[in-house]
Amino acid sequence: MTARLSPWLIAFTTLIYIFLAGPLVIVIGAALSDTTYLTFPPQGLTLHWFVRIFEIGAFRTTIVTSLQIAFLSTALALAIGIPAAYALNRYRIQLPAWLSTLFVLPILVPEIVLGFSLLRSVAAGMNAPIYASLLIGHTLIVLPYCVRVISASLSSFDFSVEEAAISLGSPPAKTFFTIVLPNVRSGVIAAFILAFITSINDVSTSIFLTGPGISTLPIQILAHVEQFFDPVIASVSVLLMFLTVAVMAIVERTLGLTFLAK
Amino acid sequence: MLKRHAGWILAAPATLLVVLFLVLPVAATIASTFGDPKGVFAPYIAFFNSGFRRTVLWRTLEISLATTAISLVLGFFAAYAVSRAPSRMKSVLIIAAVFPLLTGVVVRSFAWLIILGKNGILNNFLVGIGITDQPFNMLYTQGSVIVAMVYLFTPLMILTLVGVLENIPDDVIQAASSLGARPSAVFRQVIFPLAVPGLIVGAVLVFTGSFTSYATPQLVGGERQMMMGTLMYQRAMVAFDWVGASTVAAIMVVITIAVVLVMTRIARRLNPMAT
Repeated sequence: MTARLSPWLIAFTTLIYIFLAGPLVIVIGAALSDTTYLTFPPQGLTLHWFVRIFEIGAFRTTIVTSLQIAFLSTALALAIGIPAAYALNRYRIQLPAWLSTLFVLPILVPEIVLGFSLLRSVAAGMNAPIYASLLIGHTLIVLPYCVRVISASLSSFDFSVEEAAISLGSPPAKTFFTIVLPNVRSGVIAAFILAFITSINDVSTSIFLTGPGISTLPIQILAHVEQFFDPVIASVSVLLMFLTVAVMAIVERTLGLTFLAK
Repeated sequence: MLKRHAGWILAAPATLLVVLFLVLPVAATIASTFGDPKGVFAPYIAFFNSGFRRTVLWRTLEISLATTAISLVLGFFAAYAVSRAPSRMKSVLIIAAVFPLLTGVVVRSFAWLIILGKNGILNNFLVGIGITDQPFNMLYTQGSVIVAMVYLFTPLMILTLVGVLENIPDDVIQAASSLGARPSAVFRQVIFPLAVPGLIVGAVLVFTGSFTSYATPQLVGGERQMMMGTLMYQRAMVAFDWVGASTVAAIMVVITIAVVLVMTRIARRLNPMAT
């Protein structure tokens, strides 16, 4: 049963959705324009600006760095986040209640403050290489997604299945990988995707953790906009969007997207 | 022995990471603002004595409040329509809201440079239809930052509120209307009060997000519309005034955490379903 919606509400909602989609359509259009300046609607169609991305060394290297950092930080966050989520569910009584709050702190603390603090204490204070500091920063900001999403799928897992396997002689570690992990597979995939997208788009933490030779794609786009205002910015933005679409297609295939609304 | 500590052993790596690289560094940043020989609160007195920095703080509050209010209104109506839409339409609308959310902040802010710029789409359009001969200066104004931020946060608001509004049973709405309440009365007296806790959660997310944002004020606001995030960056990386930057950071942390704590407490108290 759905309640009847007023035509005014439908019209207003349509306008809001046009407002949401419009700017992204404009960026795509501007990326295809055969002009040396940014314009919409595109005048003439060309893919030249996509080729141009890879002719600019700074974009080539930052795309590689962004992908590396996104993969590494996601993998690290999963490697420490999965055991943490497991512990939070399986050993709830042993662990203090504030521990689950601790794991969402990276969302609560303003990202820009985290970035600056890592610069002060880790990159400058401990003289850590900038790449390592950047990796630590990204691992921190994606950790909450890993712990929370996987915790949510573990909360519906029946741990007596695991106990049954162990009591039948299966070693605990093997039981975890053959019984527990396959049951929360969809949670791990969702966490991976959320973490990856968060890392690859991050600005606020990374802005303080880039130095000579090391930068990420969004930071490079910011720097480029300040000097040039050409369609390369639009095409590189579309490239970032395309990555998002590709990742979302994987989510849609494996889980259905509605889980994101919960 | 091992079994009794199994929970801690498994949680240890993640706990250590957060404590060593988030809790301690952020605490050190805040602590560094209290070490001034001129007095414990000297950096804060300097901050509030500077007319420029007071303006930045005030502007940031204004922009964040305006962004929160506007995206609450847009998000509430859109989310209500989405939550009552037929299920196929609903998933399309949810995906359409998720997609911009997963597109980066830089891309979504940059789009407004193309729209609002001096030779941008909006100015070309206004000149084209003869409303004005000279293009308006729309970028680098408070309005442009608010528009870009509303654009940034409305999808988040919609997704937060769809979940809340979906949980209002259709029965409640039908009961109200079958008892003679007009649609506007149902909206004001039934749906809205039930949605208040969700509205508060959404408002907290949007307020803290806009209060601490960096990329949007940097791109769309520029030097002229400096906000707390861009001020902090400018202090740290341009002026190399790390104590000044830490002071801005500490003020940001205090305001964010205060807003989160106060508002979630109010949300809990106002939840009519809880009693």
